[in-house]
Amino acid sequence: MDTLVSQLQRQFRDYTISLYHQGFLDDQFTELKKLQDECSPDFVAEVVSLFFEDCEKLIGNMARALDQTGNVDFSLVGSSVHQLKGSSSSVGAKRVKGLCVTFKECCDSQNFEGCVRCLQQVDIEYKSLKAKLQDLFSLEQQIVQAGGRIPQVDI
Amino acid sequence: MNSGSCSSLMEVGYDDHHHHHGHEELHVLAVDDNLIDRKLVEKLLKISSCKVTTAENAIRALEYLGLGDQDQHIDALTNNDLKVNLIITDYCMPGMTGFELLKKVKESSNLKEVPVVIMSSENIPTRINKCLASGAQMFMQKPLKLSDVEKLKCHLMNCRS
Repeated sequence: MDTLVSQLQRQFRDYTISLYHQGFLDDQFTELKKLQDECSPDFVAEVVSLFFEDCEKLIGNMARALDQTGNVDFSLVGSSVHQLKGSSSSVGAKRVKGLCVTFKECCDSQNFEGCVRCLQQVDIEYKSLKAKLQDLFSLEQQIVQAGGRIPQVDI
Repeated sequence: MNSGSCSSLMEVGYDDHHHHHGHEELHVLAVDDNLIDRKLVEKLLKISSCKVTTAENAIRALEYLGLGDQDQHIDALTNNDLKVNLIITDYCMPGMTGFELLKKVKESSNLKEVPVVIMSSENIPTRINKCLASGAQMFMQKPLKLSDVEKLKCHLMNCRS
């Protein structure tokens, strides 16, 4: 008989695997999970939450800089992109990081339209990842509440 | 794995900084302007049983080390709390870079023996060589993984014994 716990565990496993296979996460996210233990059981959620706050702040900075029509400081935009690239790389946010690479190139070549496009994409992408990770954490909570263990998923 | 390291980090008392006990903790000063990276490196080091102090830029790091502008006469070695066994710093930081921080540390008679590790997300051979030539112990590629810190610790412990 398929228990609630085993159903949830299977959903969790499948969802995790799909996030990696679809390129939302890379193995740096796996590295983050290794740092979670009894001492800091919410480490991943905390770091990820800081990351999304950072995204919001940096994207705000970039938007403001790009809004200075006729007087855009591309190096200012570029330094925010550099920060975002670093953070996304450190948490395993693969797609966000990939967009930052393109974004940086647009900054370096002072490509205004390219920057605006990249900004929109980065905004969509981080929000999408945020929603997916919320779903993933929610599954974890459901498993624990149903009395189960969160399975180790090998990608 | 130290279960004792769950709570706030233990103070390690040295009788004399030349006589180290068998299982002393490394006190690491981690410098990075990126909050997420600071949190990550701090966790990586704590999991590896290090005492960690973080600084968000090179100026703050220098102040902590007693090399700040004000009081050049603070001897960091006389205060056991401050004694730093390793500095790990990001290369790219606004204001003073990690490279400049490295040079300041190596120029200091008090601190030049402290190993300095440089981290960077970019793998630029000229940058790496420049750091190593100026006395950096190691260069580490970001993002850092647990295995990187474990290797670093082994390397340092071997150097010290």
